[in-house]
Amino acid sequence: MSKLHSVHLPHFSGSAEQSTRKVPAPEEVAISMSQHIGAPCEPCVAVGDKVKIGQKIGDTDAFMAAPIHASVSGVVKEIKNVMNVGGRLCKTVVITNDNKNEMYEGITPPKIDTREEFIKAVRESGAVGLGGAGFPTHVKFAYDRSKVNIEYLLLNGAECEPYITSDYRELIENTDNVLSGIDLVMKKLEIPNAIIGIEADKPQAIDKVTKLAIRYPNISVKKLPSAYPQGAEKVLVHTCTGRVVGEGKLPSDVGCMVMNVSTAGFIYGYVKTGLPLVQRRITVDGDIVNSPANFFVPVGTMLHSVMGFADVRQQPDRIVLGGPMMGACAFDPDTPLGKTNNAVLLFGSTKIHKTTACIRCGRCVRACAVNLQPTELESAYDARDAAALDRLKVNLCMNCGACSFVCPAKRPLAEKNQLAKDFLRQSKTKQGK
Amino acid sequence: MNKLFVEASPHIRSGWTTQKIMLNVIIALCPALIAATYIFGLKALLMTVICCTACVLFEFLFSLITKRENTIYDLSAIVTGMLLAFNLPVDLPIYMAVIGCFIAIFIVKCLFGGIGQNFANPAITARITLMLSFTASMTKWTVPFARNLESGVDATASATPLAEMASSRAAETSVLVPDSLPSLLDMFLGNRPGCLGETCIAALLVGGIYLIVIGLVRPTTPVCFIGTVAVLSLIAGGGDLNYMLYQLMSGGLVLGALFMATDYATTPLTTKGKIIFGVGCGLITFAIRLFANMPEGVSFSILIMNCLTPLIDRYTAPKALGEIKPTKEGK
Repeated sequence: MSKLHSVHLPHFSGSAEQSTRKVPAPEEVAISMSQHIGAPCEPCVAVGDKVKIGQKIGDTDAFMAAPIHASVSGVVKEIKNVMNVGGRLCKTVVITNDNKNEMYEGITPPKIDTREEFIKAVRESGAVGLGGAGFPTHVKFAYDRSKVNIEYLLLNGAECEPYITSDYRELIENTDNVLSGIDLVMKKLEIPNAIIGIEADKPQAIDKVTKLAIRYPNISVKKLPSAYPQGAEKVLVHTCTGRVVGEGKLPSDVGCMVMNVSTAGFIYGYVKTGLPLVQRRITVDGDIVNSPANFFVPVGTMLHSVMGFADVRQQPDRIVLGGPMMGACAFDPDTPLGKTNNAVLLFGSTKIHKTTACIRCGRCVRACAVNLQPTELESAYDARDAAALDRLKVNLCMNCGACSFVCPAKRPLAEKNQLAKDFLRQSKTKQGK
Repeated sequence: MNKLFVEASPHIRSGWTTQKIMLNVIIALCPALIAATYIFGLKALLMTVICCTACVLFEFLFSLITKRENTIYDLSAIVTGMLLAFNLPVDLPIYMAVIGCFIAIFIVKCLFGGIGQNFANPAITARITLMLSFTASMTKWTVPFARNLESGVDATASATPLAEMASSRAAETSVLVPDSLPSLLDMFLGNRPGCLGETCIAALLVGGIYLIVIGLVRPTTPVCFIGTVAVLSLIAGGGDLNYMLYQLMSGGLVLGALFMATDYATTPLTTKGKIIFGVGCGLITFAIRLFANMPEGVSFSILIMNCLTPLIDRYTAPKALGEIKPTKEGK
């Protein structure tokens, strides 16, 4: 099995050994109707309605979606369009917290006997991939068993980006639920094997999970090399099973299903209690944070509320949602956090990198896990050469950012690839293909 | 709250910059510069300083004339200046050296678009141009430590070991390694006539290993280049190890293989490409040494392989993970 290219990143995991803290629920939350890949939900509450924790406030008939639930009890203040960090307008339900912490009466453990009931329950829980992608979990589970045979359930605990430790804390603090969740998914979907992949630089998590996993003969722990982008789906499948997810294929095409460890932990918690996805663990870190740590925050918490409990030494001039490699910059302190936000990174004294000419050093080529040639792709995009972009397989770029990271000329290689994908899509549409 | 910066991911970058890379190449060239100064005297240092200054000035002038961004702070002009000086005889008239700098920077580098855009190695191309234009001066060799001789005048015109081996071969004697050559130890330490920066193999190796250890240069090309010459000279010499060692340590082979065949801009990107490049350089070098009518072929071999680099890159492009080749019939 050949090794895929990777890069070594600085670690900055100051939050790793701090237990996750609870923070007082914010006075106001803004819950977006689009917290997953797929169709946005429609609000099913109106301004002035009283809502309780766990009450469904948004849903849709579309298959590729997960419902949204209230994360605090209180009154719906307004329903407005908010621009998310990706620049899209999303319907958002703003709830004023009445601080009564009232739970919704309908919260009861779901009845699950069959596979169908399980998938339906997972949908009702609002579960999406908690690693950051936000793929609706029930859609992943509802594969066609006559066509797809899943042999391996791969649990992603790589957490390969610097700063973020929320999955690590999940593995340490919620180990039993994670393992029970995996076991439950395996039983309900009849998947024979599960592998939990954890990076070698997290020995405590590996030890604890390995010890407790002895109870489950079909669940094994795989120590992953501590290299970026180890947590990318295709890379994880390759490291754990040696299989290659082909161009335009899904892990299920090679008999694998990839799920984040925190998603597994959440699903088990939901099955036990019936409490949907209304809060999650986030890492708060960055170069101006005095005491980096993980926090449980209600879905819809706005960034300015995070600034209220983060221990910072100065005002940030850059806020990154997610990891420093793939996360997005927030431009508005009122931006709400969603189900998929695993970290808020606060930086001060940002310096702007000066881009210089490419010296063809080849670092980007040796950094690319999927074996692309970022420097050639950049030239092809600059020349708006759709045929070359197609031939150089720009669509395989996962936007992991390793090429931009290693580039000594500080060229925006990963960024150009995303622009190139869009350009290629447009020029193909024009050709009428 | 302050205004917030917004940028596309990634939000962290590695510490390497072009300037830092060039600075480290300069550091790696320093042992050879010190050795050259010791062997050939202060004029070696002077020649290097003049070449570097001229290269930086030409690059600055070009940016003024063309109203382009001034790029002298990336230090690449200094690297070119040092490498060009290393490829010149220490007693070359200064104006010729400056012409070399003009060719390297103005023509080969800047006219093709500046750093990273040149198809051929500037220092190599300048050396070849000077060699063809001023053959007599470019082959007037200074004897090492000549200043210590009683006359006070530098002794010159001693042939390089490579030339001596070539003429011995041309005379169709059966002697592969003439007795007049310096000892192998002298060859290794640089006590032999030659271009000012190429003679001290020990110092060049120190610099080359430094570049490999800090990860700036991959050993692939130098190993393939020198390895090919080693194998070929073993065959040509009928298994004579002595002959092979003289072949490896004479001429500009070590300087070329470590510092010029590893230039980023003008050599292939991939490992497979680097192997082809290194082996190709070795083959051409040895062919010129053995059959052509000039003693040394390192610079020509690198220039020819520079020209082939786009082709090599094209045919050694890596296959993307899980790539599906498009079928001939189309979609």
